[in-house]
Amino acid sequence: MSALGGNAREFWDACRAGRSGIGPIGGIDMTGIRFSNGAQAREFDASKHFDEKQLVPLDRFAQLAIVAAREAMGQAALGLSAEEKQRAAIVTGSCYGGKASEDAGFHSLYYDRSPRVHPLTIPRLMANAGASALTLELGWQGPVWTVSTACSSANHAIGQAFWLVRHGIADVALAGGSEAPFTYGSMKAWEALRVVSPDTCRPFSKNRAGMVLGEGAAMLVLEPLERAVARGVTVLAEIVGFGMGADAHHITQPSAAGAARVIGLALADGGVAAESVGVVNAHGTGTAVNDVAESSALRTVFGSHLDAMRVTSTKSLHGHALGAAGALEAVATICGLRGQAVAPTANFVEADPETVTPVTSFVPFAHEVAISNSFAFGGLNAVLVMRR
Amino acid sequence: MTESTVPPEIMERVLKTLAETQKLPLEKVTATATFQELEIDSLDGINILFALENEFDINIPDESARLVKDIDELAEGVWKLVSEKQPKA
Repeated sequence: MSALGGNAREFWDACRAGRSGIGPIGGIDMTGIRFSNGAQAREFDASKHFDEKQLVPLDRFAQLAIVAAREAMGQAALGLSAEEKQRAAIVTGSCYGGKASEDAGFHSLYYDRSPRVHPLTIPRLMANAGASALTLELGWQGPVWTVSTACSSANHAIGQAFWLVRHGIADVALAGGSEAPFTYGSMKAWEALRVVSPDTCRPFSKNRAGMVLGEGAAMLVLEPLERAVARGVTVLAEIVGFGMGADAHHITQPSAAGAARVIGLALADGGVAAESVGVVNAHGTGTAVNDVAESSALRTVFGSHLDAMRVTSTKSLHGHALGAAGALEAVATICGLRGQAVAPTANFVEADPETVTPVTSFVPFAHEVAISNSFAFGGLNAVLVMRR
Repeated sequence: MTESTVPPEIMERVLKTLAETQKLPLEKVTATATFQELEIDSLDGINILFALENEFDINIPDESARLVKDIDELAEGVWKLVSEKQPKA
């Protein structure tokens, strides 16, 4: 569920077509804000997925998480027994949690001088609201938690869920991220940080002017390969490695060395040689500094092999969905592995000698292994390695 | 180096805002000091822009903020925005 449509098929169709979901932000008075575009999940209609009573405790970010999880669960057809559900894990990522609920409650308190806020403000705004709602919906009772590491949240969530399953702590896991960041207060905060593009997101393009915010959710069902094969279900892709680590460098500036180290850790975790990687779904925010640092990190890790690889940033299509970014990008990476193609980087205008040059149109590309990078503010890096 | 065209009282307020934001003694912050000398990085930069917007009740566009190289240019930019804000006689 994202600006590219209501399910994974629509998402990949938009990627194939290079059709960006970035457009004018609706539902918020953007007057006086220095940017006006975002990648909202415009097609999402909560009433199609929930009855009125179900919606009472659910912020939009949690609604998105549930809808994405239903799609993944429907496809995986796990059919878990009561006993198996006790060993089924859920790990979600979210940067903001229920920001809209928090904003609305505090607006009524501070501005309207309301003497009270809605009693469900806390259950709506907590970052684990999506994960907790999923335990209720699925009846899963294994390890369940939420990771909040800004833009790396979903990659951290998927990576930790992967390790849970790999090490036998959980038999199956549901992992991903969800984010609904479009509130007036949040837009003003991003404006003040001066990293949002006034028009669109152009990763690795010389004239890039910043990121564009996005919203959405994506969830993956993870299980051991042999279990999936024994069940006779279609295996979409295999997660083979995960790496995480901190830059210890700067609260907003990325470190190329820190990113390179974590990409290396992810490859080592999967026992994957750098030369076998074909595609990078880059963090690729489209800010001046990220794209240079990330390009440098990729060159450090892959050396001359980088010239034979394909790099893309699908944030140009679905926006920067913060705590959901890694999950949406994992879907793009998996679809690319399955389709033996690379989703294009939209809005590209001119190559920048200081950065890699991304794939700018949908191209068939044979590859066995792909990585997906997430680098968060605060220097928290998380990289997934996936195999066909 | 050309003489600054910024009125002294504007320059003084810019320097004071910079010193307060950076927690530096005022005497260290001069019109000719470079951002590097004052150890001002990009995050400090947006803090300073925020403080200047509040001090002068102006809005500093992202694009012009990106082009500023030194304190004199910063003060020039602030003065330009303050002048534009003042009603014409």
